[in-house]
Amino acid sequence: MTTSDIHRAIDAVWRIESAKLIAGLARLVRDIGLAEDLAQDALVAALERWPESGIPEKPGAWLMTTAKHRAIDLLRRKTLLDSKHEELGRELEAREQTMPDFDAYLDDDIGDDLLRLVFTACHPVLSTEARVALTLRLLGGLTTEEIARAFLVPEPTVAQRIVRAKRTLAEARVPFEVPRGAELAARLSSVLEVIYLIFNEGYSATQGSDWMRPALCEDALRLGRILAELAPHEPEVHGLVALMEIQASRTRARLGPTGEPILLLDQDRARWDQLLIRRGLAALKRAERLGGSLGPYALQAAIAACHARARAAAETDWERIAALYDALAELAPSPVVELNRAVALSMAFGPAAGLGLVDALTEEPSLKSYHLLPSVRGDLLAKLGRFEEARAEFERAAVLTRNTRERELLLARARRCVSERAMQK
Amino acid sequence: MRFMVIVKGNAESEAGVLPNEKILSEMGKFNEELVKAGVMLAGEGLHPSSKGVRVKFEGSKRTVTDGPFSETKELIAGFWLWQVKSKEEAIEWLKRAPFDGGTEIELRQVFEAEDFGSEFTPELREQEERLRAQIAEKQQ
Repeated sequence: MTTSDIHRAIDAVWRIESAKLIAGLARLVRDIGLAEDLAQDALVAALERWPESGIPEKPGAWLMTTAKHRAIDLLRRKTLLDSKHEELGRELEAREQTMPDFDAYLDDDIGDDLLRLVFTACHPVLSTEARVALTLRLLGGLTTEEIARAFLVPEPTVAQRIVRAKRTLAEARVPFEVPRGAELAARLSSVLEVIYLIFNEGYSATQGSDWMRPALCEDALRLGRILAELAPHEPEVHGLVALMEIQASRTRARLGPTGEPILLLDQDRARWDQLLIRRGLAALKRAERLGGSLGPYALQAAIAACHARARAAAETDWERIAALYDALAELAPSPVVELNRAVALSMAFGPAAGLGLVDALTEEPSLKSYHLLPSVRGDLLAKLGRFEEARAEFERAAVLTRNTRERELLLARARRCVSERAMQK
Repeated sequence: MRFMVIVKGNAESEAGVLPNEKILSEMGKFNEELVKAGVMLAGEGLHPSSKGVRVKFEGSKRTVTDGPFSETKELIAGFWLWQVKSKEEAIEWLKRAPFDGGTEIELRQVFEAEDFGSEFTPELREQEERLRAQIAEKQQ
C-alpha cells in the first residue's frame, strides 16, 4: 500500500470509529471538546504509526487505547490544578487496570454513549447552526472543511462555530447524559430537528443554482438510521427516518435533462428508488407499531408514503392525504402545513375547495415572502381558468424564489398562462 | 455511494448446507453492527443454484435451463447493499466480516447517474429516462 492508500484507509477507519471514540471518551472525561481533542490526537498518532506498522487488526480499539493513555497523561498533569480531575484520573487508571479489554468495554456501553453524544451535540443551549455543525462533526465524522462547503460558508466560520459551541457546553456545565422523563420529548425533538435540517439543506439548496447537495442527504439519512437503532422505542425517530427515506427515493427524478426541478406529480416514477421506498415504508410501519397517535414526522412520512404507493400520479389517494394534513394541521399548525392542506384539498375535492384556504393565507405575515404561496395560488387559479390572475401569481412567485432553476420554471408557467388566456378568447 | 458486496458460492452453499450456529451468530452480530452504523441498505442470502434457472437469449429464442450449475466459483450465494462514503470505507467494513477458510468476497460499486459526469450529457440522460419509462410501461 502506498502512503496515500494508507491515508485513505485511515480516513475510512476514522469515519467508522470517530463518533464511538469521541462518545466513549466524553463519558470518561465529561467534556466533549476535550474528548474530541483526544480522539484527534489518537488519529494523528495513527497517521504517524500506521503507514509503517500497517493498520492494526482492531483499529477502533487501538485508537481508544491510545486516546485513553493521553487522557490519563493529561489529567495527571492537571492534578495539581484541579482535585476533581485528580479523582477522575485515578478513576480512569483504576478502570484501566480492572478492564484491560477495551474492545469489550467499548461494545458494552457504546450505544448509550453515542446517544449521550447525540443529545449533547443537539443541546438547546446551542444555536441551531452550532447544533448542526457539531452534529455533523462529532457524529457524522465530517471535517470542518466539508461542513463549510456543504453550507456555503467560509471554513473559519464553521471552525469558530464549533469552538464556541464546545465552550458554551462546558460553561453551561451540560451533563453528558440522555435526558429523562418530561425533558426527553423536548430534547428529542431538538435532535430530530437538527437531522431533518441537515437533510433539507442537502435536498434543496436555498440559494444559487445548485439545486441538490445530495451528500448532506446521505449524512442525515445515516444519522437518522443510526438514531433509529439507538432509540428504537421512539416512534418519531422512525417517523423521521421514514420521511427522509421516502423523500430521498425521489432524488433521481427531481431533476430534468437540463437540471431543472421536476415537481412531484410530474416526476417519472420509474426513476424513484424502490429500495429506499421499501425502507421508508418499513420505518413508517415501525413507528405505527409502537402505538399511540402519529407524531408530526410520522404524519408527514405517511403523506409521503401515499405518493410513494401510487404507481401513477393519477392514482394518488388525495382524500387520505387531505385527512393526514388535517391531523397534521391540528398537531403542528403552521401556515406552511395549511398551504399544503389546501393543495391536498384541491386535489381531492377540486381547485375551488383549496382556493378559499389559500386566499385566507395571503394575509399571513410569515408567508409574505414565501414563493410557494403565490405559486400554489397561481396553480389553483389556472385550473379554474382564471389565467390573468394566475399569471400575476406565478410572476410574483418567480420574484420571491431564490433558486434560479425554479424561477425559470415559474416564468415558463406565467408565459403559458398568457397563451392559454389568448386561446380562451 | 453504494456498494454491492457479493458473496460467492462454495460446495457447502451449493449443497444447501446452512451455516452452523457459531457462524450464524457471528454473522448476525456483524449485520447488527452494519445496521447500527447506518451502512446496511439490504442484504439477502440465496438458495443453492439447484433451485434456480437460467434463461438464454438468442434472437427471438428463449431457452430455459434448470439448475444446478457447475461452475461453483462463479455462483453467488448472497449479497449486501451498503451505503458508504468511499470505497475505502466499504473495504474497512468488509474486513470486519466474520468470513474464513479462503472465502473471497467481491465489492462492486453501484452505478449512479452522477458517475457519468459530463459524459452523461442531457441528451443521454433523456435517452436513459425514455428507456426507463419504457421499461416501467412494459412492467405494468
